[in-house]
Amino acid sequence: MLSINWVALLYLLASILIVFSLKGLSSPASARRGNTYGMLGMGIAVLVTLQLSNVQNYMWIFVCIGIGGTIGAIAARKVPMTHMPQTVAFMHSLVGLAAVLIAVSAFANPTAYGIADASGVLHTASRIELFLGTFIGAITFTASLIAFGKLHGFISGNPLVFKGQHHLNLVLGIAMLSFGAWFCVNPTWLPFLLMLSIALVLGVLLIVPIGGADMPVIVSMLNSYSGWAAAGIGFTLNNHMLIVAGALVGSSGAILSYIMCKAMNRSLFNVLLGGFGGDAPAAAAGGVKKDRPVTSGAAEDAAFMLQNARSVVIVPGYGLAVARAQHALKEMVEALTHAGVKVRFAIHPVAGRMPGHMNVLLAEADVPYDIVHEMDEINPEFADTDIALVIGANDVTNPAAKNDPSSPIYGMPILEVAKARNILIIKRSLSAGYAGLDNDLFYMDKTMMIFDDAKKACEKIVQSLD
Amino acid sequence: MNPQLAEQLPVAVSAVETVDPFVSAFTVFVLAIFIGYHVVWNVTPALHTPLMSVTNAISSIVIVGALIASGPVEMNLATVLGLIAVGLASVNIFGGFMVTQRMLAMFKKR
Repeated sequence: MLSINWVALLYLLASILIVFSLKGLSSPASARRGNTYGMLGMGIAVLVTLQLSNVQNYMWIFVCIGIGGTIGAIAARKVPMTHMPQTVAFMHSLVGLAAVLIAVSAFANPTAYGIADASGVLHTASRIELFLGTFIGAITFTASLIAFGKLHGFISGNPLVFKGQHHLNLVLGIAMLSFGAWFCVNPTWLPFLLMLSIALVLGVLLIVPIGGADMPVIVSMLNSYSGWAAAGIGFTLNNHMLIVAGALVGSSGAILSYIMCKAMNRSLFNVLLGGFGGDAPAAAAGGVKKDRPVTSGAAEDAAFMLQNARSVVIVPGYGLAVARAQHALKEMVEALTHAGVKVRFAIHPVAGRMPGHMNVLLAEADVPYDIVHEMDEINPEFADTDIALVIGANDVTNPAAKNDPSSPIYGMPILEVAKARNILIIKRSLSAGYAGLDNDLFYMDKTMMIFDDAKKACEKIVQSLD
Repeated sequence: MNPQLAEQLPVAVSAVETVDPFVSAFTVFVLAIFIGYHVVWNVTPALHTPLMSVTNAISSIVIVGALIASGPVEMNLATVLGLIAVGLASVNIFGGFMVTQRMLAMFKKR
């Protein structure tokens, strides 16, 4: 058995390896090596913990690791890339649940963790830490389950808003904190379980008013919560490695939430209040629809235009993921590149249902990452682009965000598709985007609409290219 | 030497104050947030999805707590809950790192 100092030093090594796993993600070239460091760090952490003198229950532990590991490994191999948002949400809920179970276990047997005095009464500091770890874990658990349900379509992606919702949440929040305070004064099961149950309910209520299209923010935020929950458990156990890992994950999720909010020009508070952005456009908000003329064309016309262009910028959106059109799109890109057309991609930060969603779909279809560009890189290029091809994206291209101060999305940074010489838009209908807004882009003289499913349209275009 | 200080000195030496473990843990916590802040801003936006799946695997470091909870050989509520937590965290560790690896393998240059 290792001395306590060696254990602490090995935990430090594991923490450093985990930092390197995040550092690797600064470029696709170093990312895989980074991931290996992460696995190594986790392996060291688990092995060091297993040799501690108070961990003896080896048989059952290995059974549980075996079952859990097998399920995880199979899921990791099988899950389609289009399902990544809900997969990540589901995994957040597992971290939350694990944190709650550990907290309950620590409360049931505090001496095993050395957080109680000789008579088995919890230290005051440990009570506060246990309270924080439990309620953050519980909210992460149920909130992520609801997010998972919304993303997977088990429950409607539309925001569920009712009267007095925010007051109810406020009252429950105060009640939870009060029971927490009671628990800190008098650590018994009653306040602990009341606090835990309210936290579980709060997790559900906090997410139901938030619409499907705001999910990039919510998934990032729950990512952050799962980190804080881990850090909370780290404080309870006074384990610095857990605190470091939890803080890294917590700040990572917080930064992602910030980036997502900024890309929508909304405050985190505004997103959390909810009521915005369902899966289907809100009929009332879309009521401004005028009978304006649009130019529509067939896939064959699009193919003709595309192969005669010098440069094409493709703007993918959530519609690409829904239609699972990434492979058909890649065929089209290959054919065009072969014909001498310069093809690039423009990715808006909130395209899709989670940060980086579009990049992963394109990578899955073998689109090389050096032709996939971020918004700031590609925006100056639109003016010198022959054709901007928009596939399943809407609000992130809406010129109203720049020109119309009365628009709800005014101020949101957009991809400046309107500056391209010609615009092709593949869309199933003229319906509005999630913000329920009409898009002036559809009615411009240089725009041609192709009303079709994204996948079918791409396949037809490939067939029509010579 | 200042006589007042000389008077205090022996007292200070005889009762060496140690920092509360919570305070040193909090120091580590705050510094780790700073490291996280600087490292994550350098992550390329194209890899934000793998970032989420790998941080997911990393937050399953709570398995350390779960192992300690399930450590005692005699079975009771505490150990059973600990064992369930070990299983849940394992799903995430294997699932998180493997799905990240699978995604990263797809990012190729032309």
